Amino acid sequence: MDRSKWFILATGLIIGAIAAVLVKLGNPPNMGFCIACFERDIAGALGLHRAALVQYMRPEIIGIVLGAMLTSLFAGEFKARGGSATFVRFVMGIFMMIGALVFLGCPLRDVLRMAGGDYNAVVGFIGFVCGVATGVFFLKRGFNLGRSEYSHSNAGGFILPVIFLIFLFFLVKGVVFNPDAGGPLFFSAEGPGSKFAPLGISLVAGLVVGFLAQRTRLCLSGGIRDFILIRDNYLLLGFLGIFIGALILNIAFGFFKPGFADQPIAHTMSVWNFLGLYLVGLTATLLGGCPLRQLILSGEGDMDAAAVVFGMIVGAAFAHNFMFAASPQGVGIYGQIACIVGILVMFWLGFSFREE
Amino acid sequence: MEKVDVRGLSCPMPVLKTKKVIDSGAKEILVVGTSQVSKENVTKLARSHGYEVIMKVDQKDSWEMELRK
Repeated sequence: MDRSKWFILATGLIIGAIAAVLVKLGNPPNMGFCIACFERDIAGALGLHRAALVQYMRPEIIGIVLGAMLTSLFAGEFKARGGSATFVRFVMGIFMMIGALVFLGCPLRDVLRMAGGDYNAVVGFIGFVCGVATGVFFLKRGFNLGRSEYSHSNAGGFILPVIFLIFLFFLVKGVVFNPDAGGPLFFSAEGPGSKFAPLGISLVAGLVVGFLAQRTRLCLSGGIRDFILIRDNYLLLGFLGIFIGALILNIAFGFFKPGFADQPIAHTMSVWNFLGLYLVGLTATLLGGCPLRQLILSGEGDMDAAAVVFGMIVGAAFAHNFMFAASPQGVGIYGQIACIVGILVMFWLGFSFREE
Repeated sequence: MEKVDVRGLSCPMPVLKTKKVIDSGAKEILVVGTSQVSKENVTKLARSHGYEVIMKVDQKDSWEMELRK
């Protein structure tokens, strides 16, 4: 195995281990990291949805973006770019979030849930693999969202990181604009949103993951995609590392509880666990990267990826305001419809954006 | 020499487009691209198919490589 493969395997192990430690320090169970859940919490913290249990300005997300930005600046890879079907990507981000909230987690949390013994996550994983395979089907038939262009100014690439920096300032300073109603940031008094590791540790954890993921190009949908497409297992090793790293520490901390029932922040409706991550896998493959990879790219100046990130935040607001999001009790009828609609929209886009 | 233009394309399009030309049996291919990620991925693909990779232009935001077999 060459050096780069050892490096991405080590990256996975570190990320998995950090995730377990963050849970130990206060993050919700099996949720050391979850890009979708944390962006959903951020949507709540900004008052974009009114689900009182899931509101927190997650420093991990801010850290990942800033970590990727700093790393790419030092590596000379930071470059503002965009213009590849930006609004289509925004809408795809909305549906990627809806899929993730039907399952209750992004692909990264899926791995962490599996490492915590949650069998429902295995069902989701199978759905994810099938979704990626469907995306590959479209890619092989010439699906392409178009070329992006380098911008003559790097300013656009800094907008998303600066927005997150302002959110971090609000969080650290505890800024209050409206003493009666709260805001600019809202915080959960109970539920997953009220569970978090100390701010500084979460931020540093995010920075470390942003650095490692930027260097290794870690991507969970990419891992499965590259293996199906060209039998390349490089990115898949990162996936494996996260699983092993989290599994070892979960067992050590006593977090590992195998089974389907009573898993934390999860439901047992297998069809929707499968279809939720199927939608995420399909959308991520068409977008060229999973939710984590979109965050990293947006830190590198990719304005199309920034549109996906904000699409996901808006998607979280829709998901909770319109009752699409699942709860531990399961997925409601509106969530089921939204998930099916999302899959149909991706099929339509998959066919429509063929080049030849 | 066959030319493949992967400038501004997101993953995994650069690899797919190059692979198509490789699979057609071309012995000499010129690939032009922009991102470092696509450079790494196309290089990896070409080497795994037994091509020699010669960098013609190697800048942070633009590169050109010749693949020879």
